Amino acid sequence: MTAPTTTPTPATVDAAAAPDEDELLAHFDALIAGGETIEPRDWMPDGYRRMLVRQIAQHAHSEIIGMQPEGAWLTRAPSLHRKSVLLAKVQDEAGHGLYLYSAAETLGVDRADLLDALHHGRQRASATFNHPALTWADTGAIAWLTDGAAVINQAPLCRTSYGPYARAMRRVCQEEAFHVRQGYDLMRALCEGTREQKEMAQDAVNRWWLPAVALMFGPPDTEAGGADARTAALGAAVSRRAMAWGIKRHTNDELRQRFVDTCVPQAERLGLTLPDPAIRWNEERGHYDFTPVDWDTYRTALGDDTHWARGRIAHRLAAHEDGAWVREAAVAYAARTDEPAGAAA
Amino acid sequence: MSAAREGAPASWEVFLRARRGLAHQHVGSVRAAGPDAALAAARDLYARRGEPLSLWVVRSDALHTASPDERDPYFAGARHKPYRYPEHYAPLTEKGPEGEHHE
Repeated sequence: MTAPTTTPTPATVDAAAAPDEDELLAHFDALIAGGETIEPRDWMPDGYRRMLVRQIAQHAHSEIIGMQPEGAWLTRAPSLHRKSVLLAKVQDEAGHGLYLYSAAETLGVDRADLLDALHHGRQRASATFNHPALTWADTGAIAWLTDGAAVINQAPLCRTSYGPYARAMRRVCQEEAFHVRQGYDLMRALCEGTREQKEMAQDAVNRWWLPAVALMFGPPDTEAGGADARTAALGAAVSRRAMAWGIKRHTNDELRQRFVDTCVPQAERLGLTLPDPAIRWNEERGHYDFTPVDWDTYRTALGDDTHWARGRIAHRLAAHEDGAWVREAAVAYAARTDEPAGAAA
Repeated sequence: MSAAREGAPASWEVFLRARRGLAHQHVGSVRAAGPDAALAAARDLYARRGEPLSLWVVRSDALHTASPDERDPYFAGARHKPYRYPEHYAPLTEKGPEGEHHE
């Protein structure tokens, strides 16, 4: 019952039948309003398609680039067990990127073009991963905090309105649960270790808290979240559009609050301090207060155009170019086999 | 979308049977140069956990498809043929006219 992943785009299909655009839009809106999914061969507004391509591509790029900070520790894991776990985790991240590129391709784009856009700065990955993983504890802090943030961000995306994206996100979320748990477990091992180990854990949390809380949820999009009125209006307009289409379900700031509420008790159990003196339980709101992520904070966290940010793309590009011979060999192999599918054009 | 060059990487749909007794289910797609590479990619991507029993890969452009929106008569059959469903008839637990006569 599922449409194949790559089909003619509905635009070309519909051009032949030429139904009235208002009628198509009404049908699309009714599907969204009824909580039904939009599938690849359904008609959809151009803006919906563009917003999805942009979001799914950015998400896929983040998974692929996100392999780098932790991947750098694969050869230096402190035990075979931790190494197996980290390998499995980094492999999952590659898989998440692939699920998402597949989902994007159902919208009529080609992953080669998306990767090209990443390599040449026309599209971006999350700036979270522009930060370096300086110690082994960073691999734990990344998994606990940034993957923890990702889960909170992504759980609602399992119900996003575009079918292939929602299905990809369900797979991603199942795997993210393992990522967060193993990260927490790694941090707990360090916190129960020597004084130096615990200091290393605290240092990693000090460096990864801001990237997680600021960058994993996107810029502020409400005044309550710390944006000035104009920025809040701008951010809210984008969020509102995404929410009206059922792509997003919550504002950035709502999810950010949910993340802080989840992390504070976990940090307390670990005996670690989150590096934000403003964190305090607010009885009245029923939430933890924290320093609002305003635009200045956000920009500071971005770390745009730093040595590390450039390095991530350079590394990705080098891997792509160094791997060209593998892709060429696979094509040559497929061309010489007499399997019908390999030879069929 | 790139044209289907001979041997060029293509999109392959992946079907997985997770357990004995289940039908193969569409789980997503991979991009690969040929059938062997597609199976290997599908295994790496969709079978890292659990103990899947079987994997199929089918070139995406080899699938012939129909969707209700495009080809309504294809799917229009069932809804106004209620006589195809058991609910259309009296339940077996209901007494027939003869039974009622005797009471």
